[in-house]
Formats: sequence, structure tokens, C-alpha cells
Amino acid sequence: MTTPLLDVRNVTMRFGGIVANRAVSFSVERGAVTALIGPNGAGKTTMFNCITGFYRASEGQILLNGRDGPQDIGALMTRPITGGSHLVTRAGIARTFQNIRLFKEMSVVENLLVAQHRVTANNIVSGVLRTPAFRRAEREAVDRAYHWLRQMNLAEDANRLAGELPYGRQRRLEIARAMCTDPKLICLDEPAAGLNPSETRELSEVIQRLCHEHGQTVLVIEHDMGLVMRISQHVVVLDHGEVISDGTPEHVANDPAVVAAYLGVSEEEVNA
Amino acid sequence: METNRLPALLKQALLTFTVSLILFGPISGLVLEGFSFRNELTRAVVLAAFVTLGRVALSLIGMTAFGRKLAGGAAPSGGGVTVMTGEEKSSTALLALLFLAGIALPFFADKYFLGIAILALIYCLLGLGLNIVVGLAGLLDLGFVAFYAVGAYLLALGYQYLGLGFWSALVIAPFLAGLFGMILAFPVLKMHGDYLAIVTLGFGEIIRLVLNNWLEFTGGPNGAPVPAPTLFGLEFTRTAKQGGVPLHDYFGIAYSADYKFWFIYLVLFLVVCLVIYAVERLRVMPLGRMWEALREDEIACRSLGVNHVFTKLTAFMLGASTGGLAGVFFAVHQGFVNPTSFTFFESALILAIVVLGGLGSTVGVIAAALVLTILPELLRDFAEYRVLIFGVLMVVMMIWKPRGLVRIKRPAFFPSTTAEKTGSLPFAAKAEATR
Ligand SMILES: Nc1ncnc2c1ncn2[C@@H]1O[C@H](COP(=O)(O)OP(=O)(O)O)[C@@H](O)[C@H]1O
Ligand SMILES: [Mg+2]
Repeated sequence: MTTPLLDVRNVTMRFGGIVANRAVSFSVERGAVTALIGPNGAGKTTMFNCITGFYRASEGQILLNGRDGPQDIGALMTRPITGGSHLVTRAGIARTFQNIRLFKEMSVVENLLVAQHRVTANNIVSGVLRTPAFRRAEREAVDRAYHWLRQMNLAEDANRLAGELPYGRQRRLEIARAMCTDPKLICLDEPAAGLNPSETRELSEVIQRLCHEHGQTVLVIEHDMGLVMRISQHVVVLDHGEVISDGTPEHVANDPAVVAAYLGVSEEEVNA
Repeated sequence: METNRLPALLKQALLTFTVSLILFGPISGLVLEGFSFRNELTRAVVLAAFVTLGRVALSLIGMTAFGRKLAGGAAPSGGGVTVMTGEEKSSTALLALLFLAGIALPFFADKYFLGIAILALIYCLLGLGLNIVVGLAGLLDLGFVAFYAVGAYLLALGYQYLGLGFWSALVIAPFLAGLFGMILAFPVLKMHGDYLAIVTLGFGEIIRLVLNNWLEFTGGPNGAPVPAPTLFGLEFTRTAKQGGVPLHDYFGIAYSADYKFWFIYLVLFLVVCLVIYAVERLRVMPLGRMWEALREDEIACRSLGVNHVFTKLTAFMLGASTGGLAGVFFAVHQGFVNPTSFTFFESALILAIVVLGGLGSTVGVIAAALVLTILPELLRDFAEYRVLIFGVLMVVMMIWKPRGLVRIKRPAFFPSTTAEKTGSLPFAAKAEATR
């Protein structure tokens, strides 16, 4: 068995007195879709923020077995002077947001070009003089942007403002943008929230395509159980900041603790 | 219809009259005389009547078809940003024409107008610099004048203490101003919006106060002289002062003070053109895109691996460098610098140029810089009302075109043909590469 791509070990996240995550452990296997589910306020987004380097976990370790061997996410963030969440993305974790965060007044392609800033020639002089190397890098970046737009069925919107796209397309654009950073792991925070049924269907096709055709590892938070059961191979259930169930979709769906958490039954009744 | 409009109009007129009477009553109706005051309430009533008449006239115009069309056209439509189609006609011919006109200007303009043109170009430069910081990167900087002062004083003090000339100052100024930008930016870039504005405002004032109070070094309020420019050892003064040869002696022509201004204008014009080119390039370069992305959403930027502190730092430094360049030209044009040229009012003026031009639009910034420097000169007769007119202009602009004079256009991008047709068109690919 290979090492998992992401290994979350005993992570606790506190905000003052509030404990949003308590000793959470799970792992994300390569090339599969892992779903993180749980009722509202269970601490899913907080877990995401720890994984993607927006929060420093109060306790525990998050290891990414990425390009250069195992890397501790927390250590990347707290590295003096140069440290920060951008290093986590550079290590190979990309994300989308629960409330869409696009560059609304920039065009769709430009949104994707910003994501590729690591591969485009970032030298001011070569850019002002338009050296051949600069133009080649720029052309490749545009082509890559179009590639992902086609993968997300967005090619016809390439030269529109990101802010004027319909909601469902904005969601997919956010995924395309995250993919343009060439991630090892992509984290999607409630990608189907606010989508209508046909948009949701298109989204699930897109996620499955990412996984099957591109071998992309996906970690997704989702409330739509139909979608979760359809696309994921592994489900982790959080409730009140703790993992209450972890396994295949079938296993989780039949777990009495999960049913209780979703239907609001108290623990004594479950144990009884 | 007509019958129920009249009462509404009367009601509106009455309301306007009352409000303006309340306003004008104390302001113009009471005249202080020592410790008592005199009633001049008729004045207030007359003023209020004027305002009411204006209001009624506006309403009447609004009822006509023409007025409605005017109001419809003025209403802010859309977001103020569009993406180009990629099929726009290239404006090279127009740009070349403008460039030639700019070069030829000194041969037509008189000395007075040339002075205004130089000032206008200096404000163009300042506007372009601040536009990088405020318009592109979205960092509100209220102390931009500090970098302008750094450039100006670099030439004045550099000449005094180190013997620097115009050209060396022109080369050093961007770096020195950029360094100052970095010193300011490092501690403050973690701040946002209002906090950043306050800190930069303070920084601008600190620089001015240091210049004002460090008598031994800067000359304090008395200022410092600035040397005239030179060109390959040729000097523009009547007699050589910097160890060169006077220009008119060298060429055997009569002396004229105008040569100096022609020279300054031409160098400044070329520098402005270069800066415009660089800024236009930056907008379609990764760095410029990152600035704009930061302005749009900093958190999303971080999630894409953008080092937000470093990126903001570059915006601050490049903006400051441009300000420093402008300072050198200002100093050499004036022949003298003192701290009163670098007050907060200057910062506000430059910010007004950027905001009026439409945050982020190069053409808009240039247009606004020209308007805001040339207009006050044309209105010299109304010098007392200059700031008033300025204020009215701002208010009208914000109502009429809140996104600035010029609608921002975003570049369009298309995939290269090779990618689309998977390498079946080698000729097209070659054409693309040689473009
Ligand atoms: N920055 C924060 N400061 C304080 N409390 C927070 C913060 N972020 C999240 N929380 C709390 O942590 C808990 C989990 O929130 P969240 O992770 O957003 O839940 P969800 O599973 O719905 O995404 C909630 O009780 C929330 O109030
Ligand atoms: Mg959430």
C-alpha cells in the first residue's frame, strides 16, 4: 500500500474557548475523491483552512506527501519572513471557497493566468521588452488556461468578465483556476452549494473527469448526499469537530452514529 | 397629468427653499462685527431663492424628453469594465501622431504654455505612479508626495553635497524613491484600507516636516537651489557653471532661456512615453495581473500561491520610483525646491487625478492629469474659486461617472492555433512566433 497523499494527524483547532476541531485524524488517498461531510458548524471549513494553510492548527500535524517528500503544512506557514499560506499552494494544495472568490473585474482567462504566475516569466525586464522566452511562457499559459476551460465546459466564456458569469459557471471557473496551479490535491469547499440540479449534475461530471482522466486527488466538502455518494470513494464524517465515521460511502451511510448526527438524535439513544 | 405635477413641483420648491434658508441663514445672513453681529437676512433669502429657482429649472428640464435622455445617458451603466473582443483596430497611427505632436509642441508653444505643458507631464508621471499603487494594486496611499519630494531633493541636495547632475539624479531617483517606498511598505503592508491610508498620510507629513526642520542639511523652509540640466557637457545657462560649455556658445547661436525648457520638455516627454509603455506592458504581464488580482481578492490570491506581501511591495516600490522621477523633473524645472511644494494638498491632487481618470486606466489618468493641470491655468481669472470649481467637478464626476472618465478595457486572450488544431498548422505557428 502506498502512503496517502495527505495525512491529518490528531489536529485540534481552537478559537479562544471554541474548539472547532478536536483530535481529527484521517487520510486522503492518491487519485481518489475523499468527501468530508457533517452538519453545519461541524468544523469542516475550519479543517480545510488548516489543510490549505489559512489557519495554523493549534495541535497536531498535517503532512503532505508531495513533490519533495513529506512536508508539514504548519511548518510551511510559520517559516520566518517568507512563510505563509502561499507556500502551501506551492507545495501542491489548491482550494476553492465556500463563498466564491473570483477576481470579478478580470476576464476569465486572466483569472486562470494569475493562477499560473509560477510558470510564466515573472521578470519585469523580459516582460517589458517582450523577449521570446516571455512570449512563449505567456502563450503556453494561455493554452493551458484554455485547456482547463474546455475541461470545465467553459471555453465559450473565456473572454468575459468573471463576475458576470452565472453562478454554476463561476463555481467551475474556480475549480479551473485551482487546477491551473498544477496541484497534487485540490480541496473543494461546498462546490454544489446554490447550484440547480442540472448545474449539480454537470459539476459531478467535471469532478469525476478530474479524478478519472487526470488522476487528480480531490478532497471535497459537500452537503448534497446524492453527489457525495456518486463521486466519492472515501467519506469522513465530522460532527462537533470530531470524526464520527470514516470509510466507504456504504459504510458511512449505514453507520448509526452518522444517522444520529444528521437527524439530531442524542448519543444515549444511539448507544441504547 | 399636468395638474398633479404642479403641486409636487411646488412642494419640492418649498422644501429646497427651507433647507437652503436654514443653511444660508447662519452662513451669509449673520455678519460678525467684533463681539456682536449684524443681521443681513435678506442676503440669505436672495441666495435661497436662487437655489430654489435652480432646483425648479432642473426639475422642469428633467420633464422634457431631452432632459430624460440626458439623465438616462448619465446614469452609471454596467460595471465600468469591459473585455475587448480582440478585433479592435490597432491605434498605432493615432499614437504615432500624438507622439509627433508631443515632440513638436515646443516649436509652436510659447514659454508660458510650455511651462504648463511641463507641469502637466509631471502630473501625468505622478498619476501613472500612484495609479500603480492605488489603481492597480488597490493600496490607498495618501502620502505619495513623499516620493516626489525624495526625487526633487535628491537632485538639489545631491548637487550641493555630492556634485550630482541632472542625469545622474534621473538615474538614481527611481532607485532611491523605490528604497524609500520599501522602507515605508515593509511595516505597513500587513494593514488594509483605512489603516494603510493613515500610515501613508503620516509618512508623507514626516518627510515634509523633516525637510522643513532639518535646517543644516536641507535648508529648511528656505529650500535649496537646483542646478540647470546639462547635455553631454553642454549647459543651458548663459555662462558655464558646471564646468561645461554653454550650449549657445558651442553652436554659435544667440542665448535664450527657452532652450532649457525645450530640453526639459523633450526629456520629460520621452520619459513619460517610456513610463506609459512600461505601465501598459505591466497590465498584461504576470506582475500587473497579480496586482490587480490582489486588489480584487487578497485571500483568493494567497490560495493561488501568490506571495501577497512581496507583490504589494513591488507595486509600492514601482509607484514610488515613478514619483521620484517626477520629482527630479519638478526640481530641474523650478530651479529651486522647498518643502511647501510637497504638502498634503499635492497628494490629494494626485489621488484626484487617479480617481477621476478611473482607477487603473492609463488613458484616463493621463487625461485627468492634463485636465486638472491645464484647467486651473485657463481659469487663472477665477483663481479664488479654483478649489471650489475643483470640488464641484469632483462631486459632479462622482455622481455622473463614479468609475472615472474612461471605461476600463481588459485584454482578450486566444489560444494559439497550434494548441487548437494540435499541431496541424505549422505556418500559423510560425506567424505567431514572429509577431
Ligand atoms: N475564525 C473563527 N473564529 C472563531 N470561531 C470560528 C472561526 N471559524 C469558525 N469558527 C467556529 O468553528 C465552528 C466550525 O465552523 P466551520 O468550520 O465553518 O463549520 P462548517 O462545518 O459548517 O464549515 C463554528 O462553531 C464556528 O463558529
Ligand atoms: Mg463551511
